[in-house]
Amino acid sequence: MDGPRLLLAKTESPPRAVATRDAYGDALAQLGAEDPDIVVLDADLAKSTKTIKFAERFPERFFEVGIAEQNLMGIAAGLALAGKKPFVSTFAVFGTGRAFEPLRNSIAYPALNVKICLSHAGVTVGEDGGSHQTVEDIALMRSLPNLTVVVPADAVETAQAVRAIHAHHGPVYLRMGRPSVPVIFDAEGYRFRLGRATVLREGRDVALMACGIMVSQALAAAERLAAEGIEALVLNVSTVKPLDEETVCAAAARTGAVVTCEEHSVIGGLGSAVAEVLGERRPTPMERVGIKDVFGESGTWKDLLKARGLTPDDIVSAARRVLRRKAD
Amino acid sequence: MSYPPDLIKRLQTHAYTIRRHSLIMTTRAASGHPSSSLSMAEIMAALYFHELRVDPRCPDWPERDRFVLSKGHGCPAQFAALAERGFFDRRELLTLRQLGSFLQGHPDLKTPGVEAATGSLGNGISIAVGMALAGKLDRRPWRVYTVIGDGECQEGMVWEAAMAAAHFRLDNLCALLDFNGLETDGPVREIMNPEPLDDKFRAFGWHVVEVDGHDLVQILDALAEARRTAGRPTMIIAHTVKGKGVSFMEHELDWHGKPASPEQLRQALAELDAWAAAAGLEPPPPLDGEA
Repeated sequence: MDGPRLLLAKTESPPRAVATRDAYGDALAQLGAEDPDIVVLDADLAKSTKTIKFAERFPERFFEVGIAEQNLMGIAAGLALAGKKPFVSTFAVFGTGRAFEPLRNSIAYPALNVKICLSHAGVTVGEDGGSHQTVEDIALMRSLPNLTVVVPADAVETAQAVRAIHAHHGPVYLRMGRPSVPVIFDAEGYRFRLGRATVLREGRDVALMACGIMVSQALAAAERLAAEGIEALVLNVSTVKPLDEETVCAAAARTGAVVTCEEHSVIGGLGSAVAEVLGERRPTPMERVGIKDVFGESGTWKDLLKARGLTPDDIVSAARRVLRRKAD
Repeated sequence: MSYPPDLIKRLQTHAYTIRRHSLIMTTRAASGHPSSSLSMAEIMAALYFHELRVDPRCPDWPERDRFVLSKGHGCPAQFAALAERGFFDRRELLTLRQLGSFLQGHPDLKTPGVEAATGSLGNGISIAVGMALAGKLDRRPWRVYTVIGDGECQEGMVWEAAMAAAHFRLDNLCALLDFNGLETDGPVREIMNPEPLDDKFRAFGWHVVEVDGHDLVQILDALAEARRTAGRPTMIIAHTVKGKGVSFMEHELDWHGKPASPEQLRQALAELDAWAAAAGLEPPPPLDGEA
C-alpha cells in the first residue's frame, strides 16, 4: 500500500518539532494574500494563537475584539453574513466553552461559513492547569449539527487543513495545541483530505485510530508492538466529524481489534465516535486511550501526558488488553 | 422635522396592520409573544416602510441595508412587516411556528428578508456589529439596524457588543431599544435593573436619543439623526408599552409568551379597529383565519 511517507523515526532523529498553532499562523498569513475575503478575529490571544502573523501582514482585515469570546463569535457571524470568510481564534476552552451558545446559535445553527480555529486544546497546555485545559471540546463541537471537526496531527497536516477548510463552505472547528510536537508528515508526500482518514501504517493484528498529538504516540506504540511481533495498523482520523466510517470499519474488519487514542476525554470524542459507528456497523473489541473523565492539572505537558495515560506505553497496554479479548 | 401628513398616516396604518397580523398569527399558532410584538409595531413600520433600503424582489441585493431583530421573540411583528413589504405572501403568516414553515418561532435564515438567526438574547446586536464592521471594511454606504429589548440588556453579551461598536466607530450601526419595562418573570426594574440605560450606552460611547416609541414622527427624527451622526453608533431608546393597542394586554405581565384565545382575539381586533377608525386609518389588508 502507498501510504504517505513518514518522517518520524525514519529520516530525522530526533524528529523536527513544530507547534500546530505556529503552522496555523503561517498558513493563515499565506492564505490571506490569496483571498481578500478572509478576515481574522482574536480575543486578546493573537500572540498565542499565532493570528498575529496574519495581523502583521493584513492589519485592516484583522479584528481584535478584546477579552469577549461571545462577541467574538457574534461578530464573526455578522461578517460571514456580509460575505466575509472569518477565521476566529482564541484558546479552545474559551471558544468552545464560554462562547458555546453564540457559536451554536449564531454560527452552527444557520451553517455560516466561519472557521473556528482554536489553540491550547487538551492537557498539553501544561502549566496553566485544569482551568485552561479542554478535555471536552471535541465532544461539544461534535454534537453540533452542521459543524465539521478537524484535529490535525502535526504542523504539516495543520497547514494543509487550513487550506482545505477554507475551500469548504460551512462552519468548521479546527483543534490545535500549544507545544511543539513531532512533524510526522513529509509536506511533499502527504495530502490531507477533509473527511478522510488515512492509513499511516499497515497491520493486521490491531488498529490504532488516533487524532492530534496522539497520532505520533500511536506510531511510536506501533514500533514497540512490532518488536513484540504484533502488527499494528495506524489510522490518522484527523477529521473527527464527519467520521470516515468506511475507512474505520475497513480497518476494524482487517484487524478485529481497535484502540482509539486521543488527547481528550474518553466521553464524547474520537473514541466515542468510533464506538458509535462500530457498535452499529461492525461490533469489534475496542479500548479507548484518552482522559478518563477527569480534568487536567498543572505540570509540564510531557508529565501530563504520562499522568493522564496518553503515552505510547499506555497505547501498547491497551493494545495488549484488546488483543486478549479478540482471542477470547 | 416635518413630514408629509400622508406619510405618517401611511406608517400608522402599517403599524396597525402589523399589530393585527401579530395577534392573528400568534393565536393561530397558539403560541408566541404577541405583547412583545405590539410594543414594536411603530418601530417596524418606520424601518420597513421608510428607513430601510431593501428590495423585496431581490432580498440579497448586496447594497441593501441590514436589519437584525436581536429581541427575536418579537418576530411576529417583523414577519408581518416583511409580508406587507412584499418579501412573501401574507397568507404565509398563518403558518407561523408550524412544522415545515419558513416562519420559525424565532428569526431564521429560512425566511425571505431575515438577515440572521436570532432569538437567544444578546446574539443579534453582536451579529449586527459584525455586519457593520464588514460594511466599513468594504467602505459601502449601506447601514445596519437592530432592535434590542430592555430585559435583553441584562445579557453581558449586549455590553460586549456595545463596547465593540463604539470602539470600531460604527456610525453605520443604529440600534433601537424597545423599552417596554417587562420581561418574563416580572418588571425589568425588579428582576435585575439595567437602568439607567441612556447613561450606560452614552458611557459606552454611543450617541443616545430618547423617543416615544409609538410616535412615528419622533422615531423618524431619531433615525435621521442617527444617519447624520458620525464616528459612533446610535442607540434610540424607544419608550414603549408592552401590549400596546390592546387594553387587556397593555402593561400586563401575563401576556409575555402567551397568545390571545380566539375570543380574546376578537376583542383585541375590535379594539384596534375602533382605534384605527377614530384615527381615520385605512382598513388593513385582511388575513385569512381571523377569528
